[in-house]
Amino acid sequence: MSDGVSEINQPAMNVSDEVAIAIEKMNKWFGTFHVLRDIDLTVYRGERIVIAGPSGSGKSTLIRCINALEEHQQGSITVDGTLLSSDIKNIDTIRSEVGMVFQHFNLFPHLSILDNCTLAPIWVRKIPKKEAEETAMHFLEKVKIPEQADKYPGQLSGGQQQRVAIARSLCMRPRIMLFDEPTSALDPEMIKEVLDTMVELAEDGMTMICVTHEMGFAREVANRVIFMDEGQIVEQNEPAEFFDNPKSPRTQLFLSQILGH
Amino acid sequence: MPVERSQIAFVREEQLPERSPPVLETGALKWIRENLLNGVTGTLLTLVSLYAIYFVLSSVLPWIINGLWNTNNIRECKDILAGMSGGCFSVLSDRWNQLLFGITYPNDQYWRPSLAFVLLLIALAPVLFSQVPRQLLVFSALYPFIAFWLIWGGTILFSAVALIGFGVAYMVYSRLVARSFAVAIVVGLLAAVVTWWLGGFVSDAFPDFAALEVVASRDMGGFMLNMILGVVCVSLSLPLGILLALGRQSSMPIIKWICVVFIEFIRGVPLITLLFVANVVLAYFLPPGSNFDLILRVIIMITMFAAAYIAEVIRGGLAALPRGQYEAADSVGLDYAQSMRLIILPQALKISIPGIVNVAVGLFKDTTLVSVISMFDLVGMIRGPILASTDWNGVYWELWLFAAVLFFTVCYGISQYSQWLERQLTTDHR
Ligand SMILES: Nc1ncnc2c1ncn2[C@@H]1O[C@H](COP(=O)(O)OP(=O)(O)OP(=O)(O)O)[C@@H](O)[C@H]1O
Ligand SMILES: [Mg+2]
Repeated sequence: MSDGVSEINQPAMNVSDEVAIAIEKMNKWFGTFHVLRDIDLTVYRGERIVIAGPSGSGKSTLIRCINALEEHQQGSITVDGTLLSSDIKNIDTIRSEVGMVFQHFNLFPHLSILDNCTLAPIWVRKIPKKEAEETAMHFLEKVKIPEQADKYPGQLSGGQQQRVAIARSLCMRPRIMLFDEPTSALDPEMIKEVLDTMVELAEDGMTMICVTHEMGFAREVANRVIFMDEGQIVEQNEPAEFFDNPKSPRTQLFLSQILGH
Repeated sequence: MPVERSQIAFVREEQLPERSPPVLETGALKWIRENLLNGVTGTLLTLVSLYAIYFVLSSVLPWIINGLWNTNNIRECKDILAGMSGGCFSVLSDRWNQLLFGITYPNDQYWRPSLAFVLLLIALAPVLFSQVPRQLLVFSALYPFIAFWLIWGGTILFSAVALIGFGVAYMVYSRLVARSFAVAIVVGLLAAVVTWWLGGFVSDAFPDFAALEVVASRDMGGFMLNMILGVVCVSLSLPLGILLALGRQSSMPIIKWICVVFIEFIRGVPLITLLFVANVVLAYFLPPGSNFDLILRVIIMITMFAAAYIAEVIRGGLAALPRGQYEAADSVGLDYAQSMRLIILPQALKISIPGIVNVAVGLFKDTTLVSVISMFDLVGMIRGPILASTDWNGVYWELWLFAAVLFFTVCYGISQYSQWLERQLTTDHR
């Protein structure tokens, strides 16, 4: 666990009372296996939420339901006012508003870094190539690797690839970003560079939901930590409260394991 | 604390002269010792191999060097050689045109398929090499219509109508595709059919407009026939194979089911059976008097056959892609067609190149099977008219060697190209 998260600029991170994501009574099964049980969650614009929990508790499944990479069977998910249904149009709208960063980066290996970043804006948003490239360079500068623009993903380090993945999502100008264990596949020295990028995003007021085991990041950046176990939201609270004064015994057990005492 | 360099290190003022490594450890001698005379077994194997090479060359070289190119028949060859070893290559110069174009293609029209062949090379260039200016792709798109007109003759209006039909279909499709993909495809196809039907009247009305002498399909022959079948079937079976592979992965059960049945059925039947079906059986199903072109029937069969195999090769490529690629494409908002075209297929096809080339090379060689349904392709020409003639009866080696060289040249070219392409597409070197 790296606690090397930079000082952050709290006043810039204002949470509005506008709802970004509303999940109500959502249930999901894989076959007969009940993965998510009665999930109720409201995310406000500008909120930074960290989801923690033991392996197999359904954290990935939950955030993958938000951009319809997984289908839910019961309840409702509303993203930015658009109800997630089986309607392809709604799904596409939501996906272009919601950026996603994966544990294993999932960059497109046959395209250069620049093309990775411009592809979706050009084909989905129909932005002219030149403008898309300018935007891409802007975000590559933001994640501090503009000089790699002409290389291919296979030529970059893991940390660099993950920052490209973040830039690729940002190029679609999403209003919400989802992170699924963005640092778990990285060596310790690369974790910091990715976390720094995420902190910067938070400072810009991005609405973020991160599944992560980086408790330092959760403490410093999140304004709500959610603890999941066996498909349920067991506890949620402000980070200070969550870490110093966990209510449920399951949370206490988890924290004692993950914080190592 | 800075320390003067000279105080802590001795630096050599002058270089020692370079000594060359021992003779036995460098260059040719080292190579020979390590690769040819490596132990008793190695040395023995080298000697045996050398003898084998000597044996082959000593019998083949005189045969080629003494070869005759200007006699009129095999008896003259035998008289001149008088027992000496030597090839009777005169059969190649005597029957050159027949080997390339078949017996019945009109002699004074040979320039047409030859020109079509040269244009083929030009049309292929931008498709095969991305360094060639992209504008040439327009010519590649026009090429099938030009080639048809050149090889089969008739009025150019026929090709033009066919081309316009495709153009109209594309225009209709691109107008409607934003609304619905399925509607766009169906209406586009309808528009094309209507255009062809109407255009048929026009081209029938002016049969002499920019017309070349008509050559019927049954007059095609020789290596030209192999080339026509090979090029057409490879270029048709690749897109068809891609569609079948995608269809087999489809979440729509009917489409998936149709593709599975088609692929499994075609793969389970020998090509030669399909060709007999094309030759004989199809005639029963067609209305009497309709002349559904034999070459067209054969093209359909070979294309279906190759497409089924290519589909399976590409399915392997699709399965080899990590699921993350599909998810990343979805998560940035690409729709199904876009994610297939931009993300999935480029990678899956790259993985599939060796397999696809395998099928393509096999397909090209399998075009010689049409000789069995009495079409006079290169093999059919040699087996039939040429070897059966009294002049050249018995000149086996020269003729089959010629056929082998022609096929080898094309197939080796395809294989070399594919390896070059794979190297070009490598993006994961550091
Ligand atoms: N496609 C699937 N089919 C069937 N079961 C699945 C599938 N994906 C996940 N599961 C199961 O659902 C449960 C929740 O998985 P999920 O990936 O959401 O866990 P997680 O909390 O993200 O765990 P981790 O911390 O290990 O990533 C697990 O028990 C897993 O085995
Ligand atoms: Mg997970």
